[in-house]
Amino acid sequence: MPKSHEERESIEPAADSRREFLIHLLTGTASATVLLVYGAGAFSGAQARQEGYSEHARDGEPDHDYAYVVDVAKCIGCGNCVRACKLENSVPDKLFRTWVERYVLTNVGIHIDSPDGAIKGFEELNAEIRNNSRRSHTVPKMCNHCRTPPCVQVCPVGATFQSPEGFVLIDYNHCIGCGYCVQACPYGARFINPDKHMADKCTWCYHRVKRGKLPACVTVCPTRTRLFGDLNDPESEVAKIFDADKWMILRPEMDTEPFCFYVGLPREAR
Amino acid sequence: MILPNEAMVNYVFPNNFQVVWSLMIVIYPFITGLIAGAFAVSALYHVFKMKEFKPIANFSLIMAFCFGLFAGLPLLVHLGQPQRAFLIYLTPHLSSAMSVFGYVYGGYMVLLTIEIWLIYRSYFIHQVNRTKGPMWLVWYVLTLGVTTYNPDSARIDQKLSNILSGIGIPWAFFLHGYVGFIFGSVKAIPWWAAELMPVIFLTSAMVSGMAMILVVYIFLAWRRNEPYDYILIKKFSGFLWGIFLLDWALEILELFHVSYLRGYEWAEIKPLLAGPLFGSFVVGQILVFSVVPALLLGVVTVTRIDGRKMLYLASIGSIGLILQVLFMRFNVVIGGQLISKSGRGFVEFHWEFFGKEGILSALAILAAPFVVYYVISRFIPIMGDLVIPEESEDRPMGQPEA
Repeated sequence: MPKSHEERESIEPAADSRREFLIHLLTGTASATVLLVYGAGAFSGAQARQEGYSEHARDGEPDHDYAYVVDVAKCIGCGNCVRACKLENSVPDKLFRTWVERYVLTNVGIHIDSPDGAIKGFEELNAEIRNNSRRSHTVPKMCNHCRTPPCVQVCPVGATFQSPEGFVLIDYNHCIGCGYCVQACPYGARFINPDKHMADKCTWCYHRVKRGKLPACVTVCPTRTRLFGDLNDPESEVAKIFDADKWMILRPEMDTEPFCFYVGLPREAR
Repeated sequence: MILPNEAMVNYVFPNNFQVVWSLMIVIYPFITGLIAGAFAVSALYHVFKMKEFKPIANFSLIMAFCFGLFAGLPLLVHLGQPQRAFLIYLTPHLSSAMSVFGYVYGGYMVLLTIEIWLIYRSYFIHQVNRTKGPMWLVWYVLTLGVTTYNPDSARIDQKLSNILSGIGIPWAFFLHGYVGFIFGSVKAIPWWAAELMPVIFLTSAMVSGMAMILVVYIFLAWRRNEPYDYILIKKFSGFLWGIFLLDWALEILELFHVSYLRGYEWAEIKPLLAGPLFGSFVVGQILVFSVVPALLLGVVTVTRIDGRKMLYLASIGSIGLILQVLFMRFNVVIGGQLISKSGRGFVEFHWEFFGKEGILSALAILAAPFVVYYVISRFIPIMGDLVIPEESEDRPMGQPEA
């Protein structure tokens, strides 16, 4: 139908309509951006709820407050924990969610090794180092599940996050594989998984713990070097050790509040 | 090899056996730096009204734009999941320096694009009115449908582009200072965690961008057999020299600072500089590619040297500075990762040529801005003044004759 003169008047002044068009375009773009950002956030939230995190976050105090304890004096460096972790979590070759280091303090320096993460334990050291040895220890390592984790802070898309119970986890639907978290971790606990092309690290076997089991490494440790438990349970071993205040942490100067506590940690370990 | 912290053997954490951020992350801050420096050159005319820089003001802006188009590409190539790259904008985790960079970079590119569009709008309109065929459509799209241009339009465009240029200076500085912050805020890596890192990144960005503009300007004048603007080159060299001296001083001050503090960082940095980084940092970055350009540009600036001799000194000095900054990016990005988190050993960096993050990919990405510049320069006048053929006084451009 042909337009009336008045209708044409209201539509045709080119500058006005262009101005309005641009205003609408800008408003539309801004609204779409807000919706996209909000929508994406809602998606993350929904996913988190599915995993059972955000209820705790909203309720305030979580039901559990997990911690890990390593009693260094008990570790025999057998490598059971490394093997169990590899099998349980399908960790790629040459990379480790947990590993064991051997520290030998000698008169001339510190000898450290961790052959293939100590997956097959350790071979005997040569005579020169043995003869000069003043003390030696085997120290298991893993993600420290810090309370102020630099990896979570630096993740540009929020794919690395902290559960209210203390697990530091990775959302594999969001990780972009930038490697910033790998750089930020002071403990060398993270790596880029060459199969997934995303960040990877110890989860304290979150999938097992949520089913009432212990992490695989804790389960197979023959000397009970590795302990895992709930600090909210005063009867748990980890709570007793924590309350006794005789634990240490790796690299305290990093101020990351690790929740992996060491008993008898040698001074040279870091 | 001298090992840190009394280590008897080179011990690196098992997950630390390779360098995670490779050549792509070396050229990412390098290209970003070129944007900041190139933009600053254009601002010398557009904001600070320094007439000597007028012939290269638009050229610098277009170069900044070309570098800007490819600043994010190395990051994209590096990502393990590049198809999710846009999540940086959609699910930004604002405590991360890297996530905020996405917005800073994106916003800056929008500003740069609008500023260039405002400067070239009159040319686009001119072209629409004298072109037919498929190219008409291209020019028409570039005009966004506005095909008339009058003195009022010119005045408003000029004013807006000056305002954008004014906003662009701090933004460009922020953009590159922020890149320094991405590294400087990683406390787990002692070679990165330095307060001066953002400032050094900013000053080195200025140096590399300015030096690149000067080198490309001289190269283009030589290729086109056009006369060199010696006054411009001398003044430009003076600016470049001054900013480089500041940059160099800051780099050395940072080193003195960390060495004098004798903290745990120095226990790891000292063997790094004496060992794996000796060639590229001490010899390359701090000595050869700093001393030589500083001397050459110093001669250009403080003596009465002129003509061809000055041209050669300025060119060699500028190329030296581009390499100095490239070495600096390498030494920061790769150097920082060579110290294992174990604090008792060094990671080995392996060069690769054909890989995704190899030398060939890096060279291709570094060349891409120049290819785009070449294509753009086929369509719009870049070097010198933007001269639009005279229109009659009483007939604004695009209006039909009575």
